[in-house]
Amino acid sequence: MMEAKVNEPDRAAARTQRVATSGGGSAARRVFRKLLLSQYFVLYLSIIYFLVLWPFIPRIASPQNLGNIFSNMWPLLAVAIGQTFVLIIAGIDLSQPAIMALASVIGASIMTTQLDPVLFEKSPLWGVVFTEAGGPLAGNFVAVPVAIFAMLLVGVLIGWFNGTAVARLKMPPFMVTLVGMMFFSALAIYLVKSENIIHLPESYVLLGQGQISFIPYSFFIVGALAIAAQWLLSRTVLGRWFYAVGVNVRTATVSGVPVVRVIVIAYILSGVFATIGSVFYSARLAAGRPTLGATLLLDVVGATVIGGTSLFGGKGKIMWTVFGVLFFVLLDNSLNLLNLSYFWVQIVKGSVILLAAALDVARTRLLAKG
Amino acid sequence: MSNSILAFESIEKSFFGVRVLKDITLGVPRGKLLGLVGENGAGKSTLMNLMGGVHAPDRGQMLLDGKPYAPRTPSNANAAGIAFIHQELNLFTNLSIAENIFIDGFPRLRWLPMLNRGHMRARTKQFLDAVELHVSPDTLVEKLSPGERQLAEIAKALSFDARIIIFDEPTTSLTARETERLFRLIERLRGDGASIIYISHILPDVIRLADEIAVLRDGELVAHGRKDEFSIHRMIALMVGRAIEQLYPPRRAAPTATPVLEVRGVAQRGIVEDINFTLYKGEILGVFGLMGSGRSELARILFGLDDHACGELLVDGKPYARPSARRSIDAGMAFVTENRRDEGLLMDISIAENIGLVALPHYAAATVAGVKESRYFDQIAGIAESLAIKSGDIRQQAVKTLSGGNQQKAVIGKWLLDKPAVLIIDEPTRGVDVGAKYEIYSIINDLAAQGTGVLFISSELEELLGVCDRILVMSNGEIQATFARAEFDKERILRAAFRENGS
Repeated sequence: MMEAKVNEPDRAAARTQRVATSGGGSAARRVFRKLLLSQYFVLYLSIIYFLVLWPFIPRIASPQNLGNIFSNMWPLLAVAIGQTFVLIIAGIDLSQPAIMALASVIGASIMTTQLDPVLFEKSPLWGVVFTEAGGPLAGNFVAVPVAIFAMLLVGVLIGWFNGTAVARLKMPPFMVTLVGMMFFSALAIYLVKSENIIHLPESYVLLGQGQISFIPYSFFIVGALAIAAQWLLSRTVLGRWFYAVGVNVRTATVSGVPVVRVIVIAYILSGVFATIGSVFYSARLAAGRPTLGATLLLDVVGATVIGGTSLFGGKGKIMWTVFGVLFFVLLDNSLNLLNLSYFWVQIVKGSVILLAAALDVARTRLLAKG
Repeated sequence: MSNSILAFESIEKSFFGVRVLKDITLGVPRGKLLGLVGENGAGKSTLMNLMGGVHAPDRGQMLLDGKPYAPRTPSNANAAGIAFIHQELNLFTNLSIAENIFIDGFPRLRWLPMLNRGHMRARTKQFLDAVELHVSPDTLVEKLSPGERQLAEIAKALSFDARIIIFDEPTTSLTARETERLFRLIERLRGDGASIIYISHILPDVIRLADEIAVLRDGELVAHGRKDEFSIHRMIALMVGRAIEQLYPPRRAAPTATPVLEVRGVAQRGIVEDINFTLYKGEILGVFGLMGSGRSELARILFGLDDHACGELLVDGKPYARPSARRSIDAGMAFVTENRRDEGLLMDISIAENIGLVALPHYAAATVAGVKESRYFDQIAGIAESLAIKSGDIRQQAVKTLSGGNQQKAVIGKWLLDKPAVLIIDEPTRGVDVGAKYEIYSIINDLAAQGTGVLFISSELEELLGVCDRILVMSNGEIQATFARAEFDKERILRAAFRENGS
């Protein structure tokens, strides 16, 4: 109040003075502000992070490491795209890692060419689905397409189940998908008694490991899917309905939006995209793994939210998710290069995510002020 | 202005480069009631937010008891003795009345880190008695009716010895009896020496309560004086900036004899019973009833948002079973609900996308096909223009930035891309200023002239008398009486609504 009194008589003069003296500094501030408010904010953040670390970890910019970062992005992006859909409709899908694990196990069970009886004799699938000689389609040339189809079916079914429980039974998405996560990941482990299924067909493994020069196959497939997903969200009727349901489900209902259908479709898309991620991850491992994706939940939700998609629904873009995924992959990669223990990696990762979230809050507040 | 408790001196305020308050100099009279009126967007709320510490003025100052007053936060304002009874009430519904009253500083036991509940209860009881709200201090706020919540909020104002109490549209969700009780309380508070600012669109109330009246228009103070200098007509003329000859636009066409919506024996236990009526093409059929008469519930049933147990609906002569919102829309029905914030609009989304939402599927070959955007946005722009929605770029601006009247026009606009056969419109002028009310009546008139049958639900009898061809009166979920325009009689209609017609 003191200050106000002093300034009162010639506030206008004070203002002109301030503008005059701070000409240089305000230009820098304006650039910073613009950066902060840009929708490419997370991309800039990733670039800055990279540049800051470069002097300390020169290896981060080696061609091999850049290739690693690049190829690590796409499977994670596939899963995060699915999450983006459900976040936009004001839901959340915690069951994605479980979908990935179950799909991975089921796909591998179908196409594996050889199993060790010592490891798998106790599996409930032994003698029913697979034997010593592998899965039902072992060696068959349709094995890979059928296995991938079966994996996608897993995603569709679990997504449909989640969506139906949320939309028709009005159950909270957090509960439904949390229970889904427990149930389906336990099921995946039970089916193969915690063992990885190896001996997968070469053509399948190639999906995850193959490259055209230095560009992995996953880039082409997931990139195309990302473009399709963005087109779906921004250009189609269904996409606009997603946002409408996420912003206000009651208004959407009165306006004739088929709310139940929209919600179910969002969860099915989430399941399908999780499965696509699963295909690439398990192909890269050359194994069906019952714990696939178990550590990915934070990465998926974190990358999507840091990209700018709102946890409260109604706001999100695939491009933002791409940036969020880039940031996460970069973060992971840099921490690995530092050779830190797993716990330190988690601690640092958590801190960086918190920082990014704080920046995002500041940004939102700035945007609201205009 | 020497006897002002609070004075605004040359106050200016801009948002996003738009000046919303221009050189306001105004004194709030000590121990009296100042009525503050103006259209939506005239700057009333901004002025009050300056007082309440929500915003700071760009220029000028406020004086409280002659001393400079510059609150930085709402709690500063409370400490200075200024209380704000909001349009949307500011209580925590999950807490008790006592907890709400002491939320800013709970009394503690002297030796233990625990709340002094006995003290809280006793004090709260005193405040509740002062506002004549006879419930336990431990009652959860969610259990109170809107009127009782308002009283609880006033009790909270009393708890910090508020000397200036601001009421912003306090009667919008109150019943007639609750309103009467509130007015008595306001008068008593003034009698006890409180200074009161009363903001409302309901001008007769302002005339009744106020000692002084101030009128804002487009951020400027256009008049301020003693109550007897004002009539309702003069206030309206000042608010709008021109004299309004008529409150209701003249009808341009007569209703036809072709039924467009036939309702036969519709019932749902405990909500509506044995509803029978016919709506004709080009007719404006009013539905009048008090709160809880079943008028809004009937609208929701007709549109298919709620279920009904038995009865038959015919649209354009075709029976129409198992209604749902989408099927109703396909059958040519449109529904402007009474709650535009929660059911009418997507507040964070652009004006254009809001208007386009209902007709959206007609602008693409399939749900997952691209929307034909140029045609889509052209037609939306046409609607926005024909409704005279005052805004910037409708594709960029979020609908929440519009004033109440313009928001309501956007809700109506959603239903006009495909011309509806039946328009059900529930309380379309609630919280809307005089000028925008006239425009909304005109829109309804035009639709009727083009052959739409309009079911106009309202709790304001005046507007139904001014606009409708016939009025149905509902009470206790039943249609009590129907009046044709020739037999409109305010008293008889009210009597039917109160069920004092012998039955």
